[in-house]
Amino acid sequence: MGDLQIKKQTKKYDAVIVGSGAGGGMAAYVLAGAGLKVCLLEAGSMFDPATNSSQLKNPWESPRRGARTKYRPFGDFDGAYHGWEIDGEPYIKAEGTKWDWFRARMVGGRTNHWGRISLRFGPKDFKRKSIDGLGDDWPIGYEDVKPYYDKIDRLIGVFGSNEGLPNDPDGIFLPPPRPRLHELFIKKAATGVGVPVIPSRLSILTKQINKDRGACFFCAQCGRSCKVYGDFSSSSVLVKPALATGNVDLITNAMAREVLTGKDGLATGVSYIDKTDLQEYQVYGKTVILAASTCETARLLLNSKSDRHPNGLANESDVVGKYLHDSTGAGMGAIIPTLFDRKRYNEDGVGGLHVYTPWWLDNKKLDFPRGYHIEYGGGMGMPMYGFNWGIEDINGKFLVHGKQKEAGGYGKSLKEDNRYFYGARIGMAGRGESVARRDNYCEIDPTTVDRYGIPVLRFHVKHSEYEFAQARHMKQTFQEIFHSMGAVVTHGNKDSAANDWGLDNPGNVIHEAGTVRMGSDPKTSALNKWNQAHDCRNLFCVDGSSFVSQADKNITWTILALSMRASEHIVEEMKKQNI
Amino acid sequence: MDRRKSIKALVVGTLSTGVLIEACKTDDKKQPDQAQPATADAVTRMPEEQVADKELREEKFFTSGELATITVLGDIIIPRDEVSGSASDAKVTEFIEFMANDKPEFRTPLRGGLRWLDLQCLNRYEKQFRDLDEKQQLEMVDEIAYPAKAKPEFKQGVAFFTLMRNLTMSGFYTTEMGVKDIGYLGNRPNQWNGVPEDVLKQYNVAYSEKELKECVSFDKTA
Ligand SMILES: Cc1cc2nc3c(=O)[nH]c(=O)nc-3n(C[C@H](O)[C@H](O)[C@H](O)COP(=O)(O)OP(=O)(O)OC[C@H]3O[C@@H](n4cnc5c(N)ncnc54)[C@H](O)[C@@H]3O)c2cc1C
Ligand code: SF4
Repeated sequence: MGDLQIKKQTKKYDAVIVGSGAGGGMAAYVLAGAGLKVCLLEAGSMFDPATNSSQLKNPWESPRRGARTKYRPFGDFDGAYHGWEIDGEPYIKAEGTKWDWFRARMVGGRTNHWGRISLRFGPKDFKRKSIDGLGDDWPIGYEDVKPYYDKIDRLIGVFGSNEGLPNDPDGIFLPPPRPRLHELFIKKAATGVGVPVIPSRLSILTKQINKDRGACFFCAQCGRSCKVYGDFSSSSVLVKPALATGNVDLITNAMAREVLTGKDGLATGVSYIDKTDLQEYQVYGKTVILAASTCETARLLLNSKSDRHPNGLANESDVVGKYLHDSTGAGMGAIIPTLFDRKRYNEDGVGGLHVYTPWWLDNKKLDFPRGYHIEYGGGMGMPMYGFNWGIEDINGKFLVHGKQKEAGGYGKSLKEDNRYFYGARIGMAGRGESVARRDNYCEIDPTTVDRYGIPVLRFHVKHSEYEFAQARHMKQTFQEIFHSMGAVVTHGNKDSAANDWGLDNPGNVIHEAGTVRMGSDPKTSALNKWNQAHDCRNLFCVDGSSFVSQADKNITWTILALSMRASEHIVEEMKKQNI
Repeated sequence: MDRRKSIKALVVGTLSTGVLIEACKTDDKKQPDQAQPATADAVTRMPEEQVADKELREEKFFTSGELATITVLGDIIIPRDEVSGSASDAKVTEFIEFMANDKPEFRTPLRGGLRWLDLQCLNRYEKQFRDLDEKQQLEMVDEIAYPAKAKPEFKQGVAFFTLMRNLTMSGFYTTEMGVKDIGYLGNRPNQWNGVPEDVLKQYNVAYSEKELKECVSFDKTA
């Protein structure tokens, strides 16, 4: 260790951004476009979907036929490097609590493989406390964010339909794809029991919107990331054009350690480890923008202690790490006998659902305070590892070509069964809002460091009765819809307190938010309404950490809108020399 | 629309002509040899993944005798028929060998299951499973292939055979031969125009006027 030293960059940037996912990519795009000089630090390696995606590979091109590995938790072809586990980078869960933490490490972060579900928050989602007395209101409202939703709809592209719903705002939509067959069945059945089904809203280009990106060619593989940039990834849609301005120095494999501050308490830059040479570096900027993802951003702030900021940076209020919350998730699977022995055609469509159900009920009349939306899956997908796994639970239960068979089996009869049942399975997943609570939090573990010597996070998160009641309602709804379409439930209908009523672990839905929340009162919030730290005016957090509450929507479209809003504000403030 | 035309239509006006054409070529590619890392891995895999995969490919867990029994069982589970070939035609044994390295939790159930099976056969026929004649093999398999009616003393065999069935299906239906058999027609550039007319009719469903108006559609004659 004798030759370990800190290498200081001489160049001073206008901004140092940590993380190149949704939040950081957008900040780099806006700042570089305005002519500011940006240093973009990214802990992962370079990734450009055009060259690095496994799109259109066949299952046999993977020795494990697409099965998951620790490097690719969503499967061997998936567009995410790392995920639930990273060698040498542990995290701790306090006893009796659960937390799953997904960390993609690559240019573009998790937006290379995300589900592309791109939902605006509605007016009520910013004011939940005023409605049900729980949590807090945001310091901003829908009207503050709407112009930015409009801008990103145009810039990035999203399909959907204008329905005039009160809390699921209309947008500037490309035409959605037609529903698939099982989606037509779902629509008919759900509508029949009072559950609305409308076109989904995904950031996928059903029409070309500019010369830099191709239109979607319907391969259903957005999760692998799109070689023609037909869907939104920060890597292709934000980082790439930002780099093209010549104003951005992208440093990959740069693992930020802490935010550096001066005697006046202002941020001066960031220190990081270069994972390729394991040396320590420092880079300086007039402003520091954190977008390392909700929990990692909190970790950076809590690890940035100084005389001026003894409780960690931006943490005079002591809220950093608190109010951590994820979407709730619960699912159920079924099989549709009318789809047995179905005619084959290419049913890939886009890489996601073509229809979904936005929250449709009034929580005042229910025993849980917040809503959920429903996502649907099914169809004649590409056979992958796990194909028809568990057929022994199916093939004795239904007649095959009019014949009753014994469950299990083998041989020509089994081959017949595989053809017969193909494409008949469907699934539903509820994605709901959990209530942000101060006592669900992450903090720095007092004893553990990662391989770079950076203290790691310890999580304390539990579901509450609100989430359990919501999950029970989800499951009743799913069963009702399945029943009304004549589908037979195959899994997810045997829940009890022992399995948390079928709820996924917190963190597992990967919509974590809230650890550096914004607010008008510096005593109860870390950031102001411009994502700017109350106690350090040249520090901004532009990922999901700034969220006051989740909404029953996936969060990324709002991360993008708020990052764009904050970044434009930074450009203005820099022009006025306020930062 | 014929595929060539659709690719042409898609390529016009996109930046990534080369990419698309490259991409389309891959589905005409010959099935790569299991033992050879695909060349494209260099750009689609992290260095640590490539190292790990190489080790997994080289590691030998099963004995040649065990592999021979797996092959016999595989072909009982997925034999050749009028539509497609057998598990061994699709190199399912190599796949299972790889998976036992990739997911070591399969090792004990597979090795122990094979041993369980051989012991049953030795007691019954004085031969190990793979040396039985076909009729005897099927007699034995019939004892463990049907979970609901198997005798209690064969439950361990049922668990083993169930795992073998599932792994064999995964290995078979994910090859070119298996994908063709099952009739999956995607994984190629195309234009989604909704469910084909005749299928809509068959199930007595239709697109609403709203859907027809608002959804993207492509001129089939273009
Ligand atoms: C399978 C899956 C499906 C999803 N589907 C949807 C969906 O349909 N809709 C939706 O709205 N959301 C979805 N999400 C969530 C979505 O991906 C995230 O909300 C979004 O990517 C968050 O953006 P971010 O910028 O906060 O973080 P990320 O995208 O995670 O980017 C953070 C970046 O920071 C880097 N980084 C981390 N720590 C450091 C450090 N110390 N130093 C330097 N760099 C660092 C990381 O490497 C990463 O590149 C999905 C997520 C997953 C995993
Ligand atoms: S479905 Fe469309 S956008 Fe998604 S990866 Fe395929 S071509 Fe690209």
